[in-house]
Amino acid sequence: MHRLLMLSLCAALVSTAAFAQAPAGKVTVVTSFAKDVTDPVKKAFETATPGVTLEVQNRNTNAGVKYLEETKSSNQVDLFWASAPDAFEVLKGKGLLQKYAPKASGIPEKIGQFPINDPAGFYFGFAASGYGIMWNERYVKANKLPDPREWQDLAKPVYYDHVSIAAPSRSGTTHLTVEAVLQGEGWAKGWGTIKAMAGNFRNITERSFGVPEAVNSGQVGYGIVIDFFAFSAQASGFPVKFIYPTVTTIVPANVGIVANAPNKAAAEAFVEFLLSPAGQQVLFEPGIRRLPVNPDVYAKAPADYPNPFKDPRLNAMIKFDVAKSEARNDVVDVLFDQLISFQLDSLKAATKAIHEAEAALAKKDNAQARALVAQARELIAAMPVDEAAASAKETASAFTGGKQKGARQAELEQQWAVFAKERYAQAQAKAEEATKLAK
Amino acid sequence: MGPGLRRDDVVGAPPMSLALPAPRARARLSATPGQIALALGIAVFLALFLVWPSATVIYVAFTEKGGGAFTLVNFVDFFRTDLFLRSFWNSFYVSAMAVVGASILALPLAYITSRFAFRGTVLIQTLGFLPLIMPPFVGAVAMQLFFGRNGSVNLLLDDWFGFKIPFMEGLNGVIFVQSIHYFPFILINLSAALRNIDASMEEAAQNLGSSGFRLFRRIVFPLAMPGYIAGASLVFVKVFDDLATPLLLNVKDMLAPQAYLRVTSIGIADPMGYVIAVVLIVASVAAMALSALATRGIDYSTVQRGGGGLSRRVLRPYESVLAYLTVTLILLLVLAPHAGLLLLSFSTIWSFSPLPDGYTMAHYARIFGESSLYIKNTLIYASLAGLIDVVLGTAIAYLVLRTRLVGRDVLDWAASAALAVPGIVLGIGYLRAFYGVKLWDGTPLASLWIVIVLALAIRRLPYALRACYAALQQISVSLEEAAENLGATKLRTVRRIVTPLMMGGMLAGFVTSFATAAVELSATLMLVQSNSDAPLAYGLYVLMQSAAGRGPGAALGVIAVLLVAVCTVLSHFVIERGRAMPQSGH
Repeated sequence: MHRLLMLSLCAALVSTAAFAQAPAGKVTVVTSFAKDVTDPVKKAFETATPGVTLEVQNRNTNAGVKYLEETKSSNQVDLFWASAPDAFEVLKGKGLLQKYAPKASGIPEKIGQFPINDPAGFYFGFAASGYGIMWNERYVKANKLPDPREWQDLAKPVYYDHVSIAAPSRSGTTHLTVEAVLQGEGWAKGWGTIKAMAGNFRNITERSFGVPEAVNSGQVGYGIVIDFFAFSAQASGFPVKFIYPTVTTIVPANVGIVANAPNKAAAEAFVEFLLSPAGQQVLFEPGIRRLPVNPDVYAKAPADYPNPFKDPRLNAMIKFDVAKSEARNDVVDVLFDQLISFQLDSLKAATKAIHEAEAALAKKDNAQARALVAQARELIAAMPVDEAAASAKETASAFTGGKQKGARQAELEQQWAVFAKERYAQAQAKAEEATKLAK
Repeated sequence: MGPGLRRDDVVGAPPMSLALPAPRARARLSATPGQIALALGIAVFLALFLVWPSATVIYVAFTEKGGGAFTLVNFVDFFRTDLFLRSFWNSFYVSAMAVVGASILALPLAYITSRFAFRGTVLIQTLGFLPLIMPPFVGAVAMQLFFGRNGSVNLLLDDWFGFKIPFMEGLNGVIFVQSIHYFPFILINLSAALRNIDASMEEAAQNLGSSGFRLFRRIVFPLAMPGYIAGASLVFVKVFDDLATPLLLNVKDMLAPQAYLRVTSIGIADPMGYVIAVVLIVASVAAMALSALATRGIDYSTVQRGGGGLSRRVLRPYESVLAYLTVTLILLLVLAPHAGLLLLSFSTIWSFSPLPDGYTMAHYARIFGESSLYIKNTLIYASLAGLIDVVLGTAIAYLVLRTRLVGRDVLDWAASAALAVPGIVLGIGYLRAFYGVKLWDGTPLASLWIVIVLALAIRRLPYALRACYAALQQISVSLEEAAENLGATKLRTVRRIVTPLMMGGMLAGFVTSFATAAVELSATLMLVQSNSDAPLAYGLYVLMQSAAGRGPGAALGVIAVLLVAVCTVLSHFVIERGRAMPQSGH
């Protein structure tokens, strides 16, 4: 099998040298997409481009980025193909991608408020996805839970211990959702919403697919997920439902050509194919279910397929500031981990105490107790850093190892963790006191 | 025991209740040139494929972030961070409790199958071994569907009695799952050790009036101690370093998950992940060294061989019922995940219900075509890795126990440290170390499939090493001395005396290495270069990222488990036949 591989490699090299323009031979793509996504695309691409074979190397996004980094000295990979825009930003920053100007027409500049292609031309959106809430109907029925509409609904006491999310430090798309809430509601209020929701989390998974998996099998009721996880689960027959809340982000999934690609012509052909109407239509496959970026293709969509270009909610969305998001990328991730992921038990204990106090207050009001509950909520919402400090150079360089020498990352993390832990404990004490007063 | 102490000095020190007739190693076996060459060869191998690749990654722990200057401040930070300290204690607690849990599961199985005339011993030993082979991802799903908060067991409990048992919640959940998952380490090593005990020991004790549980506690179990310690230390270290189970249960405040989460987050070049990796390695080596200390001072070897292990007593009827009941209960518990896996592979949709909605063969049909390639690759990789491990493990155990070469312990520790090097670190290290090395035609060395084999061999070496070590501990040096006195060379002695007597332990080592290598993913995922080189675990990974891939993934998982089970049974037969033949004449 290795001789074959080598032969085809040589063939690829020879052919690229001989006919620089005509794509031929083997083109290698590193991707985080599942087999259900890559197989139909591979099939369609190879039919549309005779003479080219697509070699798919599946790696999770992080491993893929590390792999390209470690093998750049003699790169054998032509394309990088994944969802998370931040992974592409990292690759771009390290000079591991090359510029290209796609020739495909009919694709608008933006989807919602998000630019479809990298403005600098290093990677290209080929499918759009929005974030929303997915739930297991059997679970919801068994536990007699109401259907949520908005993010804030998930903060209600009924959803306590029923919600799951992927950590934003592990899932680029979850990160964008958190960032969208922060930009939409402002730093302080946004974190308040996120933490109020987080008090109801059942768990925080370390990979994006962990959330839909838990919802599909009914271990968790609700998941904060990217839409295609829900659509492809529905297409496979799982009893799940999905909605987009009003404040959502529509973000593109991307493809980029790796710097020094051994088979550049075929790599370009693959990008062109993905962006062509034929390539866009493959996205309707039941196992894929992603939103094409070419608005015309929706004419051929299956019934009830969401169309982000027609959906009025997208136009109501806040303007997403990419530069701002990038400047505080690591800080937001680490804050989420230190204040929420690693303190989930104490955050949940405090949240539960507040829910109980509020339930008691609903039966018998008490002004003093109400004030205590308000204080408890403030304690939970409190942030160790404000918006300006989060984007400050000193803070950023603690994470990137930049020139400005401030506190080390480990020191900041410890400070933030202690900050959160103390406040959650105080909040729990206040809420418990309030419950006593209201009884 | 300090390096200055001699074996002889320590033997009498612990008040062991053991009265062994075996003569102690009085003659000091000094190193021959052949042994020195062997030691050097192993050292070079370990340096090349373990130490160097890991070092290319882990050195980051000792550098200043961004600058790259040498510093130890990261280690100070480790001990100043509550999260890391909490993680350290959690890992320690969970590992210790998992050893207890695994012992509770393994001891009855090992005892019953090796002490009594019991039908289906091979079957029990094989089935009891299966939990070690839990295919990545899909095993987790099956486990949740069975034991999870809304798994079959809890849904039924809730329906019938109105309560649920949190099998898979928090640290206790990790202990539960890890005990089930890793108890075969104890089972397999303890069983091998029990089989090595000669019946004469037991008869002597019985003649002196000992019987029943006392006989087991005072004579049989102490003689089998090397096997138990080998298994228990593996369980401890493996649980300490395992990240898959805590992550499956969403327990993040343990050390291995912390290291993994930090090393694999995109873009954050944080030294702390590597600091934790160093802590993991140091702690694992310390645990291994402690377990070696626990057995080193004592002589477990017996001279007599060939009795074919302990005499097996025929059970009285009520004992028989009790024994079958115990074995059945334990097997039902530990094989529940596999039952779940099997069910999942035939199910259409299985969601929030005790059993699947419907059954289908479609998942097997879907993977039928491609799985043969995966199976072939897995067999090649895992058996090569297992062979390398047994050869290296035997050689290292021999050097450590039978020679007084300076620095022989370092080989043992280095090999054991492999257990603690996170797979992802080793994977990145291999790329870093070998991708720049080009073959004659320009292909990077790291893109050859043999590199996957080497990575698997290194990662599974500690398993085989512990098994071989325990086996050799049970063989009296005097047998070798006798052979040498009769004119055999060292090499011939090893070949004709040591190896045959160690066969049971070596088989145990091979099977553990082979089986676990067959489902290993973390390093493989970094090193697989093309689909045609991919092993089963990679195929599973690719499938298990989508809702539609769950069924086919489970089908592939079942195939992986069956594959390993068949190979295990086969190697049992081979070894039993090999053992039966020389005995036939006596």
